[in-house]
Amino acid sequence: MDFNLSQEHLMLRDLYRKFAENEVKPLAEEVDEEERFPMETVKKLARYGFMGIPFPTKYGGAGGDVLAYVMAVEELSKCCGTTGVIVSAHTSLCCAPIYENGTEEQKMKYLPALLSGEKIGAFGLTEPGAGTDAAGQQTTAVLEGDHYVLNGTKIFITNAGYASVYIIFAMTDKSAGTKGISAFIVEKDFPGFSVGKKEKKMGIRGSATCELIMENCIVPKENLLGKEGKGFAIAMKTLDGGRIGIASQALGIGEGAVEETIKYVQERKQFGKRLSQMQNTQFQLADMHTRMKAAQYLVYAAAVKKQAYVEAELAGKKGESYSADAAMAKLFAAEAASDVTRRAVQLYGGYGYTREYPVERMMRDAKITEIYEGTSEVQRMVIAANLGVK
Amino acid sequence: MKIIVCVKQVPDTSGKVAVNPDGTLNRASMQTITNPDDMNAVEAALKLKDETGCKVVVVSMGPPPAMGMLRELLAMGADEGVLISGREFGGSDTYATSQIIAAGINHIGLEKDDIVMCGRQAIDGDTAQVGPQIAEKLHLPQVTYAAKIEKTGDTLTIQRMLEDGYMTIKVKTPCLITCIKELNEPRYMSVGGVFESFNKPITVFDFNTLKDDPLIDLTTIGLKGSPTNIFKSFTPPPKGVGQMLEGADKATCDGLAEILAAKHII
Repeated sequence: MDFNLSQEHLMLRDLYRKFAENEVKPLAEEVDEEERFPMETVKKLARYGFMGIPFPTKYGGAGGDVLAYVMAVEELSKCCGTTGVIVSAHTSLCCAPIYENGTEEQKMKYLPALLSGEKIGAFGLTEPGAGTDAAGQQTTAVLEGDHYVLNGTKIFITNAGYASVYIIFAMTDKSAGTKGISAFIVEKDFPGFSVGKKEKKMGIRGSATCELIMENCIVPKENLLGKEGKGFAIAMKTLDGGRIGIASQALGIGEGAVEETIKYVQERKQFGKRLSQMQNTQFQLADMHTRMKAAQYLVYAAAVKKQAYVEAELAGKKGESYSADAAMAKLFAAEAASDVTRRAVQLYGGYGYTREYPVERMMRDAKITEIYEGTSEVQRMVIAANLGVK
Repeated sequence: MKIIVCVKQVPDTSGKVAVNPDGTLNRASMQTITNPDDMNAVEAALKLKDETGCKVVVVSMGPPPAMGMLRELLAMGADEGVLISGREFGGSDTYATSQIIAAGINHIGLEKDDIVMCGRQAIDGDTAQVGPQIAEKLHLPQVTYAAKIEKTGDTLTIQRMLEDGYMTIKVKTPCLITCIKELNEPRYMSVGGVFESFNKPITVFDFNTLKDDPLIDLTTIGLKGSPTNIFKSFTPPPKGVGQMLEGADKATCDGLAEILAAKHII
C-alpha cells in the first residue's frame, strides 16, 4: 500500500493551492457576505481546466482521475466552501452522469461545453416531498411523439440559475415506484423550464440554491439519459460519486479551519503567553488535525476506489461498488468538519464569533455537508446495509 | 518559428533565507521557485504561442532537480524542455554560464524567425548579465527590460522600460529579449497541462553533448574557469534611523547645512 501521491498529484496540489490562495481566498468573505455567485472565479476555474478534471480529453476534459478532482475540491474549499461546491455539483452531479450513462451522441453534444466550463451543470432530484425519500418523486414526464412533457417542481438545486444543463428526474410510470423514475438532460432554454425562488442559507451563501419549475416543459426524446425507468439507479449511482465530492468539500473546510487556527494561536496572547503555548490549544489542534487527516484518508480511498470502478465499467467489466466507501468518507468528513470548525471558533474566542475572521464562515459552511447529497443519517443507512445489518 | 526561453531555478527568498558559514546561500535547505522575471519571459512566449501557434522550448542550466521546474513550465503550455546539467558546469559565473547556455541554444538550433527570451535578472545573483551575454555570444540583436512586446511578421516592437521613461525599439528576428515583471501576469499550470507535461520531452544536455560546440572554451567554464571570484558575502547592516529636523526658519536650515557639511555631502 502506497500512501504517497504521484508526481502528477503533487504538481496538481501545488497548482490548486496557488490558485485557491490567489484567486479564491481574496473573494471568500465578500462572496459570503453579499451572497454572490462568484462568476469571475468560475471563468478562471474554466480557463485552467478545473471544470472537467476527471474526464477524458476526447470530450474536452483534463484527462485526470477522481483523486485529482477531489483534491481540487479540497483545496478550493479550504479557502471557500462556496467555490468548492460549485465545482463539485457541476462535476459529480451533471458531468459524471452524462459521462457514465449517456449515449455517445449525448456525450459529444453536452460534455465539451460542460467540461471546458463554458457551461455550468446542475442536478435536480429533490422535491418538496422527496428529500431523503427520493423515491417520492412527483415530477412527471409524459412521452408525446418525439418529446417528453415534464411537469413539476424541484427545490434546493445547487448552481440553479447559473447552470445551462440540468439532470432532471421525473416519473415516467407512476405505478412502477422507483422503477418508474427516468432521468433527462434538460437545457435551461427548453420551453416551459424556469428558475424559481432563491434560498437564503446559513452557509455556502455564494452558491446559488434555487427552485426549478417545469410547466409543460418540452424535452426532446433523445435527451432521455439512460433507459426509461432507470432514473432512480442513475440518481443513486450519481449520488455515490457526489458524496465523494461533498466529502472533499467538508475535508477542505475542516483543513482550512485548522490552518487558520494554527496561524491565529501563534499570534494571539492571553495571560502573557501565546495561545499556542497553552496545553488546551495544543491538544485541541492535535485532535482537530488528526480528525481531518483521518477524513483525508477515507476521502482519498473512496476516490481511488471510484476510479477503479469507472475504469472497470469502461472496460466492460463489473466494477467493485464504492458506495459504502463514499458514504463513510462523507459521513466522517462532514462530521469532522462540523466538529473541527466549531472547535476553531472556540479557540478564537470572541473574535471567532465575528465576521472579521474566517472561522465562523467555515463553521456555517461545514454544517451543510452533513445534510446535502444524503444526510449523515442516510450515510449510516448505506453503511449499515453494506454490513448486512438489516 | 520557435521561442527558446532561458529559465533558472532559484531559492525562494520569500521564505526563510539560509546562509552557510562561508556566506554562500545554503540552497539545499531552501525551497526553490522559477526565477520570477523568467516566469514573465515564459508567459510572453506562451502568449506569442497562443497568437501564432509557434513552439516554445524552455532551457535551464542547473542540477537535476531543475527538471521538476521544467515540468511545471511544460504544464503551463511550453512544448519541450532542455536541462543543461553536468558537474563540469557547476560553479559557473555569468561569463561561463552564458557561454554554456549559448552553446545549448546553438545545439538546439536557432533559425531566422526564432526568438530567445530571458528574465531580466535572477533573484539570487541579481546580475542581469546572462541574457545580454548569451546574445553577444550568439551574435543576436538584444533588447533588454521589455515591458511590452508586439510581433508583426518578423519584426518585434518592444517597449523597453528605463528608470525615467520608455524606449520603443523595433527589432527583427532572430533576437534576444530580456523581460521584466511589468510585461505580464504569468499564468498558472492548467490541470490538463499537468497530465500532458509527462508526455512532453525533457532532454538533458550534459558536458559531452556540448563540449565540442564551437562556443565552448573548456578553460572558461565551471568554477575553475569562471573569472568571477566571491571573496565574501554578507548581509549589509540595516540603515540607522534617520535624523529629522523640523522648521522652516534660517536656524534649522543652518543646522541642516552643518550636518551635511560634517558628513562631506556638501
